[in-house]
Amino acid sequence: MDERTNEITVSAQHLLRKFGAHTAVNDVSLTLKRGEILGFLGPNGAGKTTTMQMLTGNLAPTNGAVSICGIDLFEHPTAAKARLGYLPEHPPLYRELSVQEYVQLAAKLHRVAKNSIDSAVQNALARCGLTDVGKKLIGSLSKGYQQRVGIAQAIVHQPDVVILDEPTVGLDPNQIREIRKLIRELGDNHSVILSTHILPEVESVCDRVQILHHGTTVYNDTIAGLKQFHGGGMVVLGLKRPPDISAIAALPGIGRVEAMGDTQFRVSFNGKSDASEDLARHAVEKSWGLYQLAPAQSSLEDVFVNLTQKEEIN
Amino acid sequence: MIFTIAAKELKSLFFSPLAWVVLTCTQLILAFFFLKRIDDFMQIQAQLIQMSSPPGITELVAAPLFATTAVLLLFAVPLLAMRLIAEERRNQTMVMLLSAPLSMTEIVLGKFVGLVLFLWMIVLLTALMPFTLLLGGQLDFGLLASLTMGVALLAACFAAVGIYASCVTAQPLVAAMIAFGALLGMLLAGDAASDGLRSGGWAVPAALAQVFAPLKNFESFAKGSLDSASIACMLLLIVVFLVLTIRRLDAVRLRG
Repeated sequence: MDERTNEITVSAQHLLRKFGAHTAVNDVSLTLKRGEILGFLGPNGAGKTTTMQMLTGNLAPTNGAVSICGIDLFEHPTAAKARLGYLPEHPPLYRELSVQEYVQLAAKLHRVAKNSIDSAVQNALARCGLTDVGKKLIGSLSKGYQQRVGIAQAIVHQPDVVILDEPTVGLDPNQIREIRKLIRELGDNHSVILSTHILPEVESVCDRVQILHHGTTVYNDTIAGLKQFHGGGMVVLGLKRPPDISAIAALPGIGRVEAMGDTQFRVSFNGKSDASEDLARHAVEKSWGLYQLAPAQSSLEDVFVNLTQKEEIN
Repeated sequence: MIFTIAAKELKSLFFSPLAWVVLTCTQLILAFFFLKRIDDFMQIQAQLIQMSSPPGITELVAAPLFATTAVLLLFAVPLLAMRLIAEERRNQTMVMLLSAPLSMTEIVLGKFVGLVLFLWMIVLLTALMPFTLLLGGQLDFGLLASLTMGVALLAACFAAVGIYASCVTAQPLVAAMIAFGALLGMLLAGDAASDGLRSGGWAVPAALAQVFAPLKNFESFAKGSLDSASIACMLLLIVVFLVLTIRRLDAVRLRG
């Protein structure tokens, strides 16, 4: 059991993608274990979709390697792709087909054995709550149902890795909850990579977060680690005329100090006591130009905003 | 796998009005033309009897009918082929095929086979028309078979050019115009180039030019002779454009 859960399903090393002179993705690496759900975050244009296109073999990277369950995607593309399910940003739906025909087509294209196609299709439709609309034309379905058809298409062949690019865009809150539930279920026996703008979604669904900004990874940790690391007992200190970092660390009651840019520091305290008051007094006495003293981020949103808007703040 | 994609293409074609409109129009035009040729044949029949070895009804009615089919295909194929890849790219459905465990060759061949099967339906319906003449006369089945095969191959040539045009742009209508321009250009320039080169004594370039003159290759079929050079030229044309399509799509994946 342990071996199975520790099996690495996706491994991407140093992915680089240039479009002409523009570098969309720069040295992004990621690994994913079986049963893990990875949240892929980043502002628009951060390179999430480009990375996902490279992971699914839709786009060749300028540099770097991808392997799916140990199979190199570029040397053995068909074997690797057979283990992948991909829902792109725009679900690739043939509007003129019925839901059932379409999911059947997806199963055939993914080389599901002939005698198990029917059961695979029924299973995928049931999991995505589509059994009742199986005979309807995709073009006549609402956006939410179309999105589910897109997911059904990605899971019908029971892939080891499911890659979903913004699966909950355009859905109503009830549908979002259902899709999230579905994603959590998928996480039980597939590895899932999920890209989204919706941060609570990541917090509620994912095991791990990777934040991209300007094509590079700026954050990569587990959700548990995120909550622990950015939890209480820490403050963000903003100084207009910052001293050397060791001068802050030398103050009484201060534990660890980390620079977060030129003028901001993340400060943790020694022991349980909150030394914010002392810290403020010292900062004022030494005229470091104190302009911010606030509890450190405790939510993913803060981390996200902090990491992706750093330049603008400074 | 190729046939899964081909079946999907055929299904999509018949779910759109385009296929039905094209089938209807070609059948109406061909039926009208067929009846007109029969009418003409009846009028000159008296004169034909006086000739020592008069041309038969297959030569006078069926051969022109198939030539007309070739011309109609010239217009129909760009319209039918334009959606194959351009539309999938515009609707972003191509991703489904590209992420599935399929090689680019399988995707392109699947689409090609789907279109060719549809075109062969038109050819088959055309070939059935002369059979009604059996009611009052005799047919030259050899010539009929050669004509059918010639148009079938010609249709496949047009389809290969059409599918290539469809992959160079994401705009279906632009693809149709490119295919139409290329086919018309090949018909006009290919013949002239190959004739010119041959009369200049350059046999090899002339043979190469003949590859790009599908209608010239069809002529030998229309005379009832199965010329292996013509067949080879047509097959070569199909291979050239399919390979170009596959390479082009691979390049798109590289360049994004």
